[in-house]
Parts: sequence; structure tokens; C-alpha cells
Amino acid sequence: MTAQSERVALTGNEAGALAMRQSRPDVVAGYPITPQTELMQQFAQYVADGASDTELILVESEHSAMSAVVGAAATGVRAMTATSANGLAFMWEMLFIAAGYRLPIVMQLVSRSLGGPLNIHCDHSDAMGARETGWLQFFAENAQEAYDNALMAVRIAEHPEVLLPVMTVQDGFITSHTTQVLETLDDETVSAFVGTYRPTDSLSNLAKPMTYGAIVLPDYYMEVKRQQVEAMDEAPRIVALIEEEYADLTGRRYESLDPYRMDDAESAIVVLGSAAGTGKDAVDLLREQGHAVGLLKVRRFRPFPAEEVAQALSHCSAVGVLDRSLALGAPWGPLASDVASSLMRARANVPMLNYVYGLGGRDITVSDIVGVGSGLMQDASDGPKAAVRYVGVHE
Amino acid sequence: MTDGKSTPQLEWERSWQKLPRGGSIPVGGTSRAYLTGGWRSSKPVWDASACSHCLLCWVYCPDSAILLDGVKMVGISYDYCKGCGVCVHECPTEGALAMVQDDGPDA
Repeated sequence: MTAQSERVALTGNEAGALAMRQSRPDVVAGYPITPQTELMQQFAQYVADGASDTELILVESEHSAMSAVVGAAATGVRAMTATSANGLAFMWEMLFIAAGYRLPIVMQLVSRSLGGPLNIHCDHSDAMGARETGWLQFFAENAQEAYDNALMAVRIAEHPEVLLPVMTVQDGFITSHTTQVLETLDDETVSAFVGTYRPTDSLSNLAKPMTYGAIVLPDYYMEVKRQQVEAMDEAPRIVALIEEEYADLTGRRYESLDPYRMDDAESAIVVLGSAAGTGKDAVDLLREQGHAVGLLKVRRFRPFPAEEVAQALSHCSAVGVLDRSLALGAPWGPLASDVASSLMRARANVPMLNYVYGLGGRDITVSDIVGVGSGLMQDASDGPKAAVRYVGVHE
Repeated sequence: MTDGKSTPQLEWERSWQKLPRGGSIPVGGTSRAYLTGGWRSSKPVWDASACSHCLLCWVYCPDSAILLDGVKMVGISYDYCKGCGVCVHECPTEGALAMVQDDGPDA
């Protein structure tokens, strides 16, 4: 039994704005930054047209945007924002505050490179900069997933056993500005799904006065952080329940990983975001050419599904991890490091290679990924295993 | 205000499982329970017999730690005295106030 749905053509940004309106946030703080601008512009249009009764706060910076939603969330209301790139970097300090206070804020990130040099196009440098701030992170492959992730994020963040901020990520311009056909739910269905946020603690509950933001000194600080680790570790259980509920509602089933032709794969390509779509086409071509390659899309990047990743990859003879960001000075890119740690922790010794692609919006094509996949077995057995390789860089 | 009788209890069980979530304080009016005198490394001691009750110490004390009874000084609240020494510095009367090392809980 699936809910009332409609097939519509929307950009990823429009899909994000629609999900934001339908989940009826009490407060949204907005600051425009490319390529997120269209999302908040569309949401502001909803408010201006009376289609949303959200209190929209137009702030003067992203630091203020996150501060405003932190303040709003602490008073016990549903609060959201959206950003990109340097905007997210400017929120850096407040990202920790939001997560540390266990405020269930939902933020949509439209992923973009971090200058310099200045570049407005997609890569995951922004999201990766926030990967250990205590936010859950879900990467979308397309507009449909961006929409679905944004709705599920509300339920996940506000669940009493989670109470952590959630960041949903879509790829700047690639997803955010491309018109795609997707299925949307009607307002009533979304309203019933996300429900009403009823916080157990809040600053505006005068019958039960409380404090957020008090200093916590060495006698208690480590214990508070330990609690946060526990919430992060326990979150996947609740996330799975909400994904299950969403599948019953919509017929669209999501999990932490999205494996494609992995069952009999001898080698695998691991990827985040929109490149997964390109990767699936590449895998089909590789299979036609006789290469038993599969694709593993990581959808839930934080908390990282380490056990599932190890399980999915441990039977492979070679793994190629595609990173859409650099980790300057680190042995490998961020996704590769997490995959390697996951395999190491599971004591699975699988030869791994790391490829960096698509920085600053550099196109990643089916033939690029076919190139990675067709050479993977050979490269993993005799290539320099430590070095990061670069896809599509002009030599 | 210094008797502590109506102040909320600020001691939690230290285990991370039992602490309030996110470092929040789930009760109100807790500033009264926070005895800022705990920071002190040295403290002023008062000799009532030498005191002229000019109240300059009371005027200058940044923490309202000088206790008055009407118009006379009656003592020092060590719950809130941070040991800054301003009172001793400003005291014009020989022997009325002196700073000493604070080695532990107030006597």
C-alpha cells in the first residue's frame, strides 16, 4: 500500500525546497550560496506565497544561519537550513555546537568545492570537512533520493533515541540544477509521516526550566562526549526502522549501502553521491566486456556503515574507492580511509586502490569509471598500492 | 542566599549513561548552587577587633562577598569570594583584612 504520489519534473534544489516545505519546519534560517541558492529561493517563495507558515529568518551569514537554527531548536521547535561549500565551512563552529547539544536540526547541503582557487562546482570537500562534527550524513544519487533523504532526516533527527542533527547531501549543479522526474508525496502524507516534534526538554517549557550551553569542565565533559558517541552508534538501528516505514509508505527502499551487481563481483568500485548513477552504467558496460565488477554506493556516510561495508567487500579480490575530495597530507581520500579502516577492523585483507575524481566539477564519465573498473584487478595486484590515482587530470 | 538551603543539587552521577543529555542542565535556578568561591587559591581573613567598618571592602568587592549586618561588616562569604584581594588592597585599616593561602575547605 503506497501513499498518494505524483510524478513531477523538478531540479534537485526544487525537490529539496519542496521536502523542506512539506516537513513543516517552524523555523528556517536562510543564506544564499551557489549552488544552494535556488533551494532557499524556492523555499522563500513558498513563504512569500503563503504556502508555508514557517518563520523564515534571513540572516547575514551562514554562521548566523546555523546559530539561529541552534537557538530555535533549543527552544523546542523544528528548525532547518541549507548551505553549500564555504557556507558550510563558515558554520564549522556551530556544527559542533548543534551536535554537542543534541539538537535535531536538519540541513540540506548542496555539495560544492572549497576554494581556493574559487570554484562553484561540485565536489565533496565541504561535506568531508564536516564529517566528524557529530552530524549524520546521507548522500543522494539523484533528486528523488535528495527528496526522500530530506523527509526521512526529520524523523531520524527528532527520534528520542537519536536526537542528533542530520545533513542530507546532494551534488551541486549535477543534482541540484538538473531537472529530473521524481515521485513526490502529497502534503498530508508527508505531514503524517514527519509528525509533530515533541521535545522532552526545551528552553521554552517554562514548567520545566533548563539550560543549554552551560560550561562543562573536565569532571563531566568526557562523559558528555561519550554519550554522543553512543547516540551515533545507536542511530543506525533507528534509521533502519524509519527507512522501513518509508519503504512501506512509498515503495522506495533505502539502506545504508546500495550495492549494484555486487553478489558475484570479483572487484568493486565504491562511490558516494551522483557518480553512483554513472558508475552503474559503467558496471553494466564492464560486465558486457567480461569484467566481474560491482558497485557499492555508500548512502549513509555518517555514521559510517563499517560492518556492512566490510561484509559487502570482503569477498572481492580488488576494491577501487572513488573520492570526490582530497585529504591533503593524509594517506588516502576520506572515503577510501573509511573503507580501509572498515576492512582492517573486520580483518579482511582486500587489495585497495584510491582514485580521486571530479574535483571542482570536473566531469566524471561512464568511460572514466570503465577505465577504473577494467584495470582494477591488475592494478590492485601489481600497482603502487599506497598512492592515490587521479581520474581525468590533465598530465 | 548563602545558606544553600533552597539551591538545586548540581551533583550528577558521573557515569556517562546517567548524565543529562548534551551537557544540558535539566533544572532551573542553578546559578545559586554554583559556588564560585571554589576557584580560590588564597583568601582574605577578617579581624573584627581591628575593623573600622568603613565598608570600602564592601564597595570594591566584585562578588558581593563582604557580608553586612545593617551598616557594619560581619564577615566574608567564602562561597563566592574568589580571592581576588581587592578588599585587602583597599582596606585603609591596619590589621583588619589580610590575604592568606587557602589550603582547603572553609573553616
